[in-house]
Amino acid sequence: MSTMNEQRHTDAGLPSGHVAAEGEVAGPSLTIGGWARWGWRQLTSMRTALVLLLFLALAAVPGSLVPQQSSDPNGVITFDRDHTGWAWAVSLLQLHDVFGSTWFSAIYLLLFISLVGCVIPRIRHHARALRASPPDTPRNLSRLAAYGRTHHQTRAETDVLQAAEQELRRQRYRVVRVRTETEQSIAAERGYLRETGNLLFHIALLAILLVLAIGSGFRFTGQRVLIEGQTFASTRIAYDSFTAGRFVTDAQIPKFALTLNSFRVGYVTDNLNALGMPRDFDAAVTVESNNRKQKADIRVNDPMPVDGTDIFLLGNGYAPTITVRNPAGAVVFSDSIPFLPQDSKLTSLGVIKVPDGLAKQVGMIGLFYPTHASTPAGASYSSYPDLLDPVVSLDVYVGDLGLNSGVPVSVYTLDTSRLTKVAGRGTATPGIQLTPNVRQPLPNGLGSIELTTIPRFASLDIAYDPTQGPMLAAVATAVAGLALSLFVPRRRVWVRTTRRDHGVDIEVGALARGDDPRLQPIVDAFIARLHTTLDNKGDRA
Amino acid sequence: MTSYLESLSLLMVYSAITIYAAAFVAYTIDLARRTAPVNLPVPEVAAVGAQTPARRNTYTEPDTTDRVDSGPRMDRASKAARAGYALTVLGWVFQVAATVLRGVAADRVPWANMFEFSLTGTALIIATFLIVSIRVRLAYLGAAVLGLVVLLVGVATVSFYVPVVPIMPALQSAWLVIHVMIAMLATAFLGLAFLVSTLYLVKHRGERSRGPRVQRLLDTVPTTENLDRLAYRLTIIGFILWTFTLIAGAIWASRAWGRFWGWDVKEVWTFIVWVLYAAYLHATATRGWRGARAAWLSVVGFAAVVFNFGVVNVFFSGLHSYSGLK
Ligand code: HEM
Repeated sequence: MSTMNEQRHTDAGLPSGHVAAEGEVAGPSLTIGGWARWGWRQLTSMRTALVLLLFLALAAVPGSLVPQQSSDPNGVITFDRDHTGWAWAVSLLQLHDVFGSTWFSAIYLLLFISLVGCVIPRIRHHARALRASPPDTPRNLSRLAAYGRTHHQTRAETDVLQAAEQELRRQRYRVVRVRTETEQSIAAERGYLRETGNLLFHIALLAILLVLAIGSGFRFTGQRVLIEGQTFASTRIAYDSFTAGRFVTDAQIPKFALTLNSFRVGYVTDNLNALGMPRDFDAAVTVESNNRKQKADIRVNDPMPVDGTDIFLLGNGYAPTITVRNPAGAVVFSDSIPFLPQDSKLTSLGVIKVPDGLAKQVGMIGLFYPTHASTPAGASYSSYPDLLDPVVSLDVYVGDLGLNSGVPVSVYTLDTSRLTKVAGRGTATPGIQLTPNVRQPLPNGLGSIELTTIPRFASLDIAYDPTQGPMLAAVATAVAGLALSLFVPRRRVWVRTTRRDHGVDIEVGALARGDDPRLQPIVDAFIARLHTTLDNKGDRA
Repeated sequence: MTSYLESLSLLMVYSAITIYAAAFVAYTIDLARRTAPVNLPVPEVAAVGAQTPARRNTYTEPDTTDRVDSGPRMDRASKAARAGYALTVLGWVFQVAATVLRGVAADRVPWANMFEFSLTGTALIIATFLIVSIRVRLAYLGAAVLGLVVLLVGVATVSFYVPVVPIMPALQSAWLVIHVMIAMLATAFLGLAFLVSTLYLVKHRGERSRGPRVQRLLDTVPTTENLDRLAYRLTIIGFILWTFTLIAGAIWASRAWGRFWGWDVKEVWTFIVWVLYAAYLHATATRGWRGARAAWLSVVGFAAVVFNFGVVNVFFSGLHSYSGLK
């Protein structure tokens, strides 16, 4: 074992904030109480904390390898489809919810219990240390981590001690005189903030966990896709999806109405390497809340505050307006359908459901290309994200759309289990290719279909989190505590004088808690200053 | 204009790599010299040796000097090591110029994709190495640092190079400047700590076995205690910076996505790195874990940093998809 570490922990005079935590774990006495105490001491030992930290790091790894429900729901669907053989393991080990799983929670809860058990005795210990005077001078100063010796010819012992004391106090040491029958010395200590900082840091970690736990009960977020020109009134059911903590009531959801007036995208046009890359997104909205109308722009990285919540711009795409007519020419369906972007050129996937008005229920699934292009092999793709040559390409199904089963159905998926494909790949009839304002027949004489306007949509998030302030405070405390704990040096200095026939021998020894590269230089500088002070005084006297 | 600056920048990157490679050679020669039998090096050694007892008269304990420096044989840097240092400074000037030009060409901070991170990040590693070298003798690390940097910049230029493009709206934020800058600085410190810890482990083993040449080489690097201590000092700075990285990232996430933590792949790995280094700090204060085991944690911690950058950015999909690679 290295000398640094020896000096760090084995010296009896060392400020040892965590002796209790690291204490020797002796075998338990064979009573239940004995075992309980033994177990508790094991759990709150440094070694256990260390091992639990390693487990925590390890346990987080699967959370990055397997898609998580919370951060990547689409990934979860794809993963399950591609790895059906692993379904049992995934569900047994809660691999799609690693950070909420029993085993992950068990690790961090144990860690935090260990933390409480470790911190409480250390607080007591430190509180005592804060009031106690520095420990007596060790017999042999030359054995300490830093040591210096010098001699002064003209001064009396008390003068030397007084000068040393003054100098140490100036450097903000806590100083006491130690007198034994045979000699006098000084014991001094500084840097109590190191342990204070360390405790503060660990307590702040507990506070962070607590704020997280409390926050989860009071937070809510809602997502809503809004097409240009549309207005939505914020209520729980108006959102496409809404997640709320246990204590969130409907009354807390702010009642505002939000209109998306327009959605503008700026594209890079002057850099050939990034042609068509979006430069900025701008959702121009009007918000009406508490009978006040207000216009604003929501941008990425720049949310809009409304009634204590923040509204974020998280996504965008196109919502082609599709009109369907029956064979008689009467409009039976007309709506803007959000198509979800699949790539950076906004090739987008969408589903159209026409439940009423035609001879049969019709479902269509297809791709939208804002700027249609074809590969030499004939496959379609989008070559630019803006609307230069828009095309919607659809496969058509007829049958039962499954809308009446009572189970909520996503507007973005088509359940084809009770549908028959009548046009598109795999059938005799080719799929429908729609370009703006050109009416196309539906197969089997069902009617006709037309693409009219192509507005954009924005997907917005509203988020409310009342614990952000407390969280920031806890985090700031943790950082401050950490900085103190890592960078405030904690040092003990002892000065011993011995009278000689021709003057006084002076010995200085020092110890530090933890790693302290400046210890010896400080002892050297101290001795130098002491000499200067004593010499000056001598001159004046 | 932009493409002219961009090519000029790339040219300077190549120059920097070449100069660094030369510095690497110089530092390697320095290491090779150290394996030579003891009587070869400069005569000052004797002088220093003679002085030492006199200076130490005042101290009863000679070994308490806390300066982290090489053993007595390398009290002065060798010619090769000094050449290595000078070349490193020169290469660094080129690299910084390349980085700045890249930023000017792009009209933004030069750290918005993998190539640029690598460029700025390694410039910071070199800067940290040069600055720490002023206070602590680090010539014995030169070959490793320069080797690592040549490798990283080389890989970045060959595999990660992308032409200058504007940054996407999600990255247009002051937090890009803060968050990524601190992350790179943290990586620089943790990277140096990793090299020191690796050397510690080599020396720790070497104390028991190895041939005379290796033995002599190891004699010229600081003692294991000093290496341990240096790694610790570099790590605490790196750890504080990593803590800020994590917090700045969380604040940015709450501005951009409406939640400060969502266990996105990148967030998971940032967390893993942080926890591993917290474990390292605990290890340095835990009986039975100090020394070699702690050094291993430092190695594992940095492996996670590299993984977080090199693997997660390129192969994992998540919200942080900014590698700029297709
Ligand atoms: C929630 C998990 C924990 C984390 C993230 C954590 C993190 C840290 C960090 C970063 C340090 C170094 C900075 C400093 O010295 O203040 C540290 C030090 C320390 N921790 Fe923890 N800790 C945790 C739990 C614990 C537990 C459970 C114990 C008690 C068994 C403990 C005891 C200590 C002690 C005694 C030190 C000072 C070590 C020294 O002298 O250098 N910690 N901790």
